[in-house]
Amino acid sequence: MQAKTVERTLIAIGVAFIALMLILPLVTILVYALRQGWEPFMDAITNDYAIKALNLTLLATAITLIVNTGFGLFAAWTITKFRFRGKQVLTTLIDIPFSISPIIAGLVFIMVFGRIGWAYPFLDAWDIKIVFAVPGIVLATIFVTFPFVSRELIPLMQAQGNEEEEAAALMGARWFHIFRKVTFPHIKWGLMYGVILCTARALGEFGAVSVVSGHLRGKTNTLPLHVEILFNEFRLTAAFSVASILVIIAIVILILRNIVEYKLKQEES
Amino acid sequence: MYVELKNLNKRFGNFQASDNVGFGIEKGKLIGLLGPSGSGKTTILRLIAGLETPDSGDIFIDGQRVNDLPAAQRGIGFVFQNYALFRYMTVFDNIAFGLTVQKKDKAFIQNRVSELIRLIGLEGLEKRRPHQLSGGQKQRVAFARALAPNPHLLLLDEPFAAIDAKVRKELRTWLRETINKVGITSIFVTHDQEEAVEVADEIVITNKGRVEQIGIPVDIYRNPQTPFAAGFIGESITLSGYGDLHGFEAVSGFDRAVLRPEFVRVTKPQKEIYPHASQRGVIDEIFFRGSTLELRVNLAGQRLTAYQPLDGDAFAVGEEVSVLIYRLYLCNERDVLKVENRSIQGETAFFI
Repeated sequence: MQAKTVERTLIAIGVAFIALMLILPLVTILVYALRQGWEPFMDAITNDYAIKALNLTLLATAITLIVNTGFGLFAAWTITKFRFRGKQVLTTLIDIPFSISPIIAGLVFIMVFGRIGWAYPFLDAWDIKIVFAVPGIVLATIFVTFPFVSRELIPLMQAQGNEEEEAAALMGARWFHIFRKVTFPHIKWGLMYGVILCTARALGEFGAVSVVSGHLRGKTNTLPLHVEILFNEFRLTAAFSVASILVIIAIVILILRNIVEYKLKQEES
Repeated sequence: MYVELKNLNKRFGNFQASDNVGFGIEKGKLIGLLGPSGSGKTTILRLIAGLETPDSGDIFIDGQRVNDLPAAQRGIGFVFQNYALFRYMTVFDNIAFGLTVQKKDKAFIQNRVSELIRLIGLEGLEKRRPHQLSGGQKQRVAFARALAPNPHLLLLDEPFAAIDAKVRKELRTWLRETINKVGITSIFVTHDQEEAVEVADEIVITNKGRVEQIGIPVDIYRNPQTPFAAGFIGESITLSGYGDLHGFEAVSGFDRAVLRPEFVRVTKPQKEIYPHASQRGVIDEIFFRGSTLELRVNLAGQRLTAYQPLDGDAFAVGEEVSVLIYRLYLCNERDVLKVENRSIQGETAFFI
């Protein structure tokens, strides 16, 4: 009986906490967004700047995904399939974006590529704009999200060991053949999971992007930055309407994530 | 010599995995690398296969130095300890993998794989995935996969370690017969002396990265050349005061002796045959070991182990018995000296 009481209490606390901290704020966003009816909501999300911000966010996310999936795969492969000096250091370095504040990440790019940065004279001479332009936003997003894929893959590939790859290599298979036939089938759901987490984070990234963006409406404004601007202008309905786009994307990602998680579990059993 | 290793050294960090390893193997032989875990036997196998690079030393296969030859071009089949079957491929695709890589045509692959599946007796299971097979079946598939590209040399890393005891014995016999049938030079690694003795034509004993002894099983059993080999083979105990045993005397330079249970005979005092060679002991413990009884005998303070057939005389704990020791291996740090009980020398010995 005692165990039952404990169980119920814990479940109740869990549910209450999630309702208060997660469900309530999310519902609030939707309620605020639709408070003045459908038309202001549609106006806000079909607004030119909003669409441009959405496009920029999607562009930055797409590039980030391509770069980080590639990087994640290479990093995980390097760390799990080879023995070399400084491996532990490399593993730690990969995790830096998780432990560093996004603001710092943004500032780093300002210090390197900005007007006071050491790379500025070179960039200026070639007329390349990084800070306060789209490349800066993409770079910041990549920086903040690059551990996600490798983090998912490293434990998975470590658990698999190298023997299957060694067996394939002994029979003369080239590395790409080995990757395609032996390694990839094993890691594909883990990779998907990493990619989804990476997407979620890239779409919502605020801090680092905020520093390097310069907030040029219609040019360097991502969706989260656009929400902030609207909010600061006291256009609450519009702010919440645009925010609701992010919420909906987040829910879709959450569903995808659960599907992939389920597949991963099936794979393990 | 078909495979020849010369002065191989390999170090992992502070660990000397191979310490001046050198031996040769004749064509067509089945060789067992035997040693405790951590003795460097798997490293030797991986060095031969090209999965590790030696720090120094040479590896020759069929007269050719293969140190700089990539693993895939050495013509070696490798069976991994945990089989390392490709888990996302069927049995057929697993066995066909090496041939597919070599871009053999479809009909050839079909033929060769069918032939191998017949050889390993898994007809009808071609479409199964590795996780749908038993341990013994996986082992057979791994064996067929290694054989498919027609290697000149087959290397097997602890081939039976992950299989339960009953199936292991069957598989052992099967593997021996199949390797003989295929006629391929093979080296397998094991830590189980029974397995090595039963399967191998020749045994290489390894310890702490060094080769202790190489020879046919009977010879290794009968004439161990290093203290390690004397103690490792058989179920031995080590005695320090061997000079007090009847029929033996202390030899200077040898501070201890290795004694195997099969060199000890325990009888009732009235049935004693060699009174000068025997002495009295007391039975401390008796264990039932299935097909024999294991006796622990206290002999003037030293504890010996002996076997007694189930249909022999029955003993009771605490009973005084006559103990006859036929043979001892005297050891120091480097050498082994085989000595027989001098009081029965000249008699026909009926033990190995």
